[in-house]
Amino acid sequence: MSVHAISSADLKAHPLPVPLTAKDLKFADRLAGLNILVGVLALSIGALLGVFQGLEHAKVLDIYPWLNPVIKTYYQGLTLHGALNAIVWTTFFICGFFTFAFVRSINRPLKYPWLSTVAFIVMVVGLLTAAVPMLMNNASVLYTFYPPLMADWAFYLGLTLLVVGSWVVGYSMYFTYYAWRKENPDARAPFIALASTITMVLWQIATLGVAAEILFQLLPNALAPVLGFPAPGLDPLLNRTLFWWFGHPLVYFWLLPAYVSWYGMLPAQTNGKMFSEPLARLVFWLFLLFSTPVGFHHQYADPGIPEIWKYIHMIFTFGVGFPSLITAFTVVASLEIGARARGGKGYLRWIGRLNWGDPSYAAQNLAMILFIFGGIGGIINASYNVNMATHNTMWVPGHFHLTVGSASTLTFFGIAYWLVPKLTGHKLFTKWLALAQAWTWFFGMLFFSNAYHTLGLLFSVPRRTMLGQSPYYSTQWTPQMMESVLGIAFLTISATLFFAIMLFTLILPRKLDKEIVMPVAQPADPTPAPKWLDTWWPWLNGAIALVILSYGPMLFQLIRDAEFWSKGIRVW
Amino acid sequence: MSEHDHATEHTPAAGGHGDDPHGASANGEAVALHIEKWEGIWIRVALGMTVVFIAAITIAALSFGISVPGATARINPATLNDEGNPFATPGIRELAPGKYEVYMVAQTWNFLPDKLEFPAGSEVTFYVTARDVIHGIKIAGTNVNMMALPGQVSTLKATFDKPGTYNYICHEYCGYVAGAPIGHHTMYGQITILPAEGAAETAQVTSE
Repeated sequence: MSVHAISSADLKAHPLPVPLTAKDLKFADRLAGLNILVGVLALSIGALLGVFQGLEHAKVLDIYPWLNPVIKTYYQGLTLHGALNAIVWTTFFICGFFTFAFVRSINRPLKYPWLSTVAFIVMVVGLLTAAVPMLMNNASVLYTFYPPLMADWAFYLGLTLLVVGSWVVGYSMYFTYYAWRKENPDARAPFIALASTITMVLWQIATLGVAAEILFQLLPNALAPVLGFPAPGLDPLLNRTLFWWFGHPLVYFWLLPAYVSWYGMLPAQTNGKMFSEPLARLVFWLFLLFSTPVGFHHQYADPGIPEIWKYIHMIFTFGVGFPSLITAFTVVASLEIGARARGGKGYLRWIGRLNWGDPSYAAQNLAMILFIFGGIGGIINASYNVNMATHNTMWVPGHFHLTVGSASTLTFFGIAYWLVPKLTGHKLFTKWLALAQAWTWFFGMLFFSNAYHTLGLLFSVPRRTMLGQSPYYSTQWTPQMMESVLGIAFLTISATLFFAIMLFTLILPRKLDKEIVMPVAQPADPTPAPKWLDTWWPWLNGAIALVILSYGPMLFQLIRDAEFWSKGIRVW
Repeated sequence: MSEHDHATEHTPAAGGHGDDPHGASANGEAVALHIEKWEGIWIRVALGMTVVFIAAITIAALSFGISVPGATARINPATLNDEGNPFATPGIRELAPGKYEVYMVAQTWNFLPDKLEFPAGSEVTFYVTARDVIHGIKIAGTNVNMMALPGQVSTLKATFDKPGTYNYICHEYCGYVAGAPIGHHTMYGQITILPAEGAAETAQVTSE
């Protein structure tokens, strides 16, 4: 190194940035489109089954005798409803949305595009593999598949492939992120790229639990009769614990893509700016830290786990609520900037000046409003002994139809209203139908979830139960059941609208008037975030340390004392 | 116009601060996290709320004795019918007047026993295990809400003051064969609380 050439040596120390070409974008767009297509198809079946369940609960219609050639029982339908909506729709939509947004945000082509292709293929193969036993009533174990319920081995294999495929979507992003970092050692990672990468890392950590459950317990037991070796047996508590290691951060995998849009895109859709860009980064890092060491709050009612560990996880659960509380302020402030730029005045009157005429905006804002109730319900569920009043009652589906069913799903609908026209090159069919879709979903979920929350809390009505056939059905439930049917009516209209909008946008060749550009919210304050909010090691190591501290001792004990007394059984 | 092709749709400024790779301000300087005034106040409020919630739950758990199940005992589900196993004869054991234990087996698709009777004011400790798959039990109107797992014993205590009937319903999916008369949704039991003789008078006296 020569004395006078320090700056040029610095420049040479890292590779030159790779420009993003139209071809790279086209590749990402095609993958995004395929992912979203699979997700929407899955949702169309999953949502329809939901309507049947709701009508069965209210004793309006027991359709299952007529469905018999296709769907044998309510519980087979419920398995499909949960798996297709909560796992397939979300995962495919998220992988598609991230592939699209990550490449544009980081402004660099994927390092290994073939990885993303492989990921999609593996996910689709996984989906088809799991779909066969689910459709044949050989895997009616609900989407939590608690052993000793034992599904066909193909169900577990398919799930594994689906999850591994989604890991590979993440790997493709990590390699690209790493290459970008090498090329831009001093730059701040663009927010959308960083936030989506953090979400995929969170997903990676989260899914280790369920991967261990499937690989070491469920698959060996499911394969035993097929391959003719003695079943090694199951420890139900150990399996539940591994499942809930995954089960709660799963909800952040659903939620954080919506947060990426709320923080990083939605302000730009209403003339706003990111109120506090560094804080948005902090929020995502906090989710990485706190989303996994919380699983025992799903096991408050479980035997075999000492109360102290449940209590510790309760504290972390409140820790993971905190970044959502920050979000409630920061996102609203970002939107308020926009409303005031659009002429909004007053303490609250500015709300009317938000971009309500844009269905993409309206859907996402309505999703946020529903998430306020979802968040409050979540805090109640997390509250240790208060959970005893709500655990496994109808309150719980009431809750998660506000979170994954609204905060995530309605936001994804909103994203689809600009993204699908962008990907197809076709105009949205139509703005007014899409607005009607968003509002009917909003009111539908409001009625539906209010009814289910109430049924659970007041009457201890159990969840995941074919209530219409139960001997303990009570006429006391009728007002709430009728309210839920009102909600279902709205939701049926809304879902029908959504699928019609997607279908007609896709097939009608109505060319776009002007090109659609991904909305990217600019920071209100151009001062860059401090470097520690763009540095992986403290957060990643912190997250791993918290997982080890919160799960290590109890898992060690559960594995050491494991008793594989239970054998997998089929009870359907 | 060539500016409108795909490659240029993404303006460099659109990605946040990071797009100037050699931006001096971002060059490793220690920039403090700037938090706007009201945002700072809200963050403190949010932290305060979180602490208050945790404190309230802690106090409630410690002082009202509303507890969640803990680690009680393990039991091999294959031994439930063995002689001497408390679950071989599921039912009520009276420990003292007004104090009872219930040993209960949850199995596809009923509870053993599925009918229970106590005088009002009884304090009942429930021991529940599962024979086959996972079940759940919530006794309406009480804080008893537990999972029943094969291999584990779940325990909670409840006091029944008000006469009446209380359902306990299986709330974890445990199977159903198409067309069968029974299944997960028919699995429930009933507790009848009888007016305690004499106890009612005492209650009246104390309330006046």
